Amino acid sequence: MKLDVNGQVHDIASEPDTPLLYVLRDELHLNGAKYGCGLGQCGACTVLADGEAIFSCVTPVSALGGRRITTLEGLGTAARPGAVQRAFIEEQAAQCGFCIPGMIVRAEALLRAHPDPTEAQIRTALQPHLCRCGTHMRILKAVRRAAKA
Amino acid sequence: MRPARRDFLRRSGALVVSFALSPAARAQQPGGHDADGLPGSLRVAPFLDSWIRIDAGGAITVCTGKAELGQGIKTALLQVAAEELRVPFERLTIVTADTQATANEGFTAGSTSMQDSGTAIRNAAAQVRELLEAEAARRWNTGVEGVHSDGGFAMGPGGQRAAYGELASGLSLHVQAKPASRFVDPRDYRVVNRPIPRVDIPGKVAGDVAYVHDLRLPGMLHARVVRPPGYGAKLVALDARAVESQPGVVKVVRDGDFVAVVAEREWTAVKAMRALAEMAKWQESTRLPDAASMPRVVLGLKSEDTVIHDKRATVPAGARTFEAAYTRPYQIHGSIGPACAVAHLEEGKLTVWSHTQGVYPDRQAIAELLGMPPAKVRVIHAEGAGCYGHNAADDAAGDAALIASHVPGRPIRVQWMREQEHAWEPFGPAMVAKVRAAMDASGRIVDWDYGVWSNTHSMRPGPAGNLLAGQHAAKAFKPAPPRPLPQPAGGGDRNAIPLYAFPSAHVVHHFIPEMPLRISALRALGAYLNVFAIESFMDELAIAAGADPVEFRLRHLEDARGRDVIQLAASRFGWKPGVRAEGGRGRGFAFARYKNLAAYCAIACEVDVDAESGRARLVRAVAAVDSGQVVNPDGLRNQIEGAILQSASWTLYEAVSFDAARVRSIDWATYPILRFGAVPETVEVHIVDRPGMPFLGSGEAGQGPTGAAIANAVADAVGRRVRDIPLKAARLRSTRG
Repeated sequence: MKLDVNGQVHDIASEPDTPLLYVLRDELHLNGAKYGCGLGQCGACTVLADGEAIFSCVTPVSALGGRRITTLEGLGTAARPGAVQRAFIEEQAAQCGFCIPGMIVRAEALLRAHPDPTEAQIRTALQPHLCRCGTHMRILKAVRRAAKA
Repeated sequence: MRPARRDFLRRSGALVVSFALSPAARAQQPGGHDADGLPGSLRVAPFLDSWIRIDAGGAITVCTGKAELGQGIKTALLQVAAEELRVPFERLTIVTADTQATANEGFTAGSTSMQDSGTAIRNAAAQVRELLEAEAARRWNTGVEGVHSDGGFAMGPGGQRAAYGELASGLSLHVQAKPASRFVDPRDYRVVNRPIPRVDIPGKVAGDVAYVHDLRLPGMLHARVVRPPGYGAKLVALDARAVESQPGVVKVVRDGDFVAVVAEREWTAVKAMRALAEMAKWQESTRLPDAASMPRVVLGLKSEDTVIHDKRATVPAGARTFEAAYTRPYQIHGSIGPACAVAHLEEGKLTVWSHTQGVYPDRQAIAELLGMPPAKVRVIHAEGAGCYGHNAADDAAGDAALIASHVPGRPIRVQWMREQEHAWEPFGPAMVAKVRAAMDASGRIVDWDYGVWSNTHSMRPGPAGNLLAGQHAAKAFKPAPPRPLPQPAGGGDRNAIPLYAFPSAHVVHHFIPEMPLRISALRALGAYLNVFAIESFMDELAIAAGADPVEFRLRHLEDARGRDVIQLAASRFGWKPGVRAEGGRGRGFAFARYKNLAAYCAIACEVDVDAESGRARLVRAVAAVDSGQVVNPDGLRNQIEGAILQSASWTLYEAVSFDAARVRSIDWATYPILRFGAVPETVEVHIVDRPGMPFLGSGEAGQGPTGAAIANAVADAVGRRVRDIPLKAARLRSTRG
C-alpha cells in the first residue's frame, strides 16, 4: 500500500495489520512517535491523520490508506523548529522528553482547531497524555506560548 | 541515514580508540595512586585527562561517568567546565557514561551527580586552565601570575595570545589532580548560575535519534521476551515449532525459564511473543502476601534492627505523649518508555547500549551472566525515558545480552511491552514508620522515638542474579543477599533521623531482608516515607500544641539554612498563622534536607478535596530550595517542579496491586497516575542563592516534602488525618465527618 507521511508518498512493505507506529519507526525511520503502552493510554505515539490526532500504536496501517499522516518530524527540525516545537524549547518544557513529541503533535491539532484555546481546552486536549517526569506545568506554558506565537 | 544517527554512532565508536589507548583508562581505580583528599569523583579517576581533553585543533571534550537521565546533567556539567576553563559554552562537547570512554563513577543516582562529577569536572577544568596558563608563561618567559585566560586563549602581560589547542599540543593532561584548585571567583561567573538552555532538548522535540529506542544498527534484529506470568513461575512446556517456522521469525530462544523471540521486523516479534505466551505452560507460584494488609505483613516479617540515632535524655514529668504510624505501598517507577537495549556479540566481544544508571556495574552483571571477561564487554549509556531510579533498564540490557549470545553476529534490539514494565520492574518497597513523641506544656517536643520498617532500597546489578535474565536462565544466578544501605545517606532509613533539635531522640532502622515483591531504588528511597511520617507528625503535634505549623517547625530547628528555606517558602506562599485557605481548601507545609546532607527544600501547598467524591487535588505549590552554588537555575526549577508533580501523583493515586500469584497492576488503567485534568493551577520554585558554596544534590529533594505537605493540607481541609499512602478518595471519604 501507499502512505502519505509528511507530504511524501511511501510504498509500505509492512504487513497490513502492523500498527502505524511500527511502520513509522521501523520502516520510515521516523523517531518522533514513541512506543509507550501500545494501548492508547499514554499518548506518546500520537500523530495526525488528516489533521486529527490519533494513537499510532493502536491504528493498523491498513486503516490509513488515503489519509495524510503528519508526524513530529513534519512540524519542523531541531535547526528550524515549528511554532509548537519552538515554544517547547523556549519554555524548556522537557525533562527526559520521551512523552513530549506526542504532546507537541496533540497541541498542533488543538491549535489548528482552536488558535486561541482556553486553559480548560488545553488541559482537556492533553488529558490523554501522560508525563512521568512531572513537566506538566511547563508543557501547559509551552502550549499557551505557541498559541500566542 | 540521518545525520543525527551518524553522529550518534560516530561519537560512541571513535572514542574507544583514544580512551582505550590512554593510560587514563587504567587510572580509574584509586589503587596504586594516592587519591586521598581529592574532591568529588577525582578520588576514583585522579588524572585530569579522564575529565577534560583538548585536541590540537582546540576542540575540548568533557568526559563524565554520569548519565543523562533527563535531569539536564549534560548541560550542567558543560556549564561547570566552560566556566572554569573560561571558554564559551558552545565550544565544548560532552561524552557520558561508557565503559571504554569515561571514569567509573558508579551509578547516576541519589542526586549525587553534581557533588561527584560536577566537583571533579570543576576541579579538573580549573587545573587544566592553570596548566595551560603555566605553559603559556613558560613559552613567553614570563611569570604565570601575569597570564590570564579568556575565550579559549591564554593571554600574556605584553598582549601575547595563544589558543588552548596550540598550548595543549605541547602538554600532557595525563597529570594527577591536586586536592585544591584556583577557581574562578563566583562574582565573575558568566556561564554558571545562568539558565543556559539544555543541549538535548532541540533534538528531542524534533525527533532526532535521542534514545536507545531510536538506534538502528545495520543488520539489527528485533526481539521480545516472553515473561513468566508471575514471580517464581516455572516453564513446564513450550512447543515453539509453529512460531519458529513463521516467516520473518529468526529464532525462538529458550534458556531455562527465559524465553524470547527474535525476528527481522519488530511487529513480527510482538505477534510471535504473544503466540508463544499463549502456548507456554507455566507452573505458577502463589506466595505473594495479601496486598490489602501490607502494613501488617511488613511489620510481621523478620527484621534486623539497628539503632541509627541514640540521644536519649530524661524526659521531664508531665509531658503529653502522642503516637502514630504511617505507611506506603509498593509503587512503580513507571517510565513512559518501556525499557529497551541493543546488544551485539561479534568476534567474542559484546557491545551493549543501555539506559542503565551504571554502565560499569551493568557490565559486571552481563559479563557474569554470559561467563565473559568484563574486558570483552562494553556498555555504552544511551538515553531512555526517565527512570527515577533503578527500573527495568538493566534487565533489558541483560535480556539483550543473553539473546545476543544465542544469535551472535547480528545486533539485537529488545524492548519491553507496557505490561512487562509494570509487572516486572523492581518496585519502590512498601514501608511502615511508627513514631512516638512527648511534648511539654509549652509545646516543645521533649522526646522522639522513631522506627522504620523496610526492605533494602537497592538490588542493582553488579551481580548477575540481580538481572531477570540471570534469574530465569538455565544457568540461574541467585539475587545477591540484600543489604541495608549505610548511613548517613541510608536506604530505608534515609532521612529517618530528624533534623530538628530534640533534647531526646532515638531512631531504629528495622531492616527486612525478605522481599515478597521485587524491589529496588525508587527516587528518594526511604526518604519519601520518612519525610512523609516526620513532617505529618510534626503537623499533628503542632495542632495538638495549638501552634502554627510553620512556627512550630522553626521552634524546633536550629539549622540556619533550613530555617531560611522554611521562611522563604512560607512568605512566598503568603502563609499566615491562623488564616485558613479559601473555598474549603486546605493548606499544608513540610520541610526536609534531603539525606540530611544534600539540598534543603520546603514546600507550602493548597489542596482541594471534593466533598462528594473525596478526590483530592493539589491546586497550588510553592517551594523554596537551597542547593548550594546553583549551576543552572532553570534546570534546578525543572527538577523541583518535576519532584512536586511526581510526588503528588505517588501520594494521591499510586499503589501496586497483586494477588497471590501475579502482579495485577499492569498498565495505566490498572495503575493510574496524575493526568492533566488534575494538574495544579500554579507551581512556584524559589531558589536561595549560595554563591561559591558546595553543590548539593537536588534531583530528589522535593519528593518527601511534597507528600507530607499534601497530607497536611488534606488534613487541614477535611479535619482528619490520613496516614496511609496513597491518600485515596475512598480513604478521604471515609474520614470525612
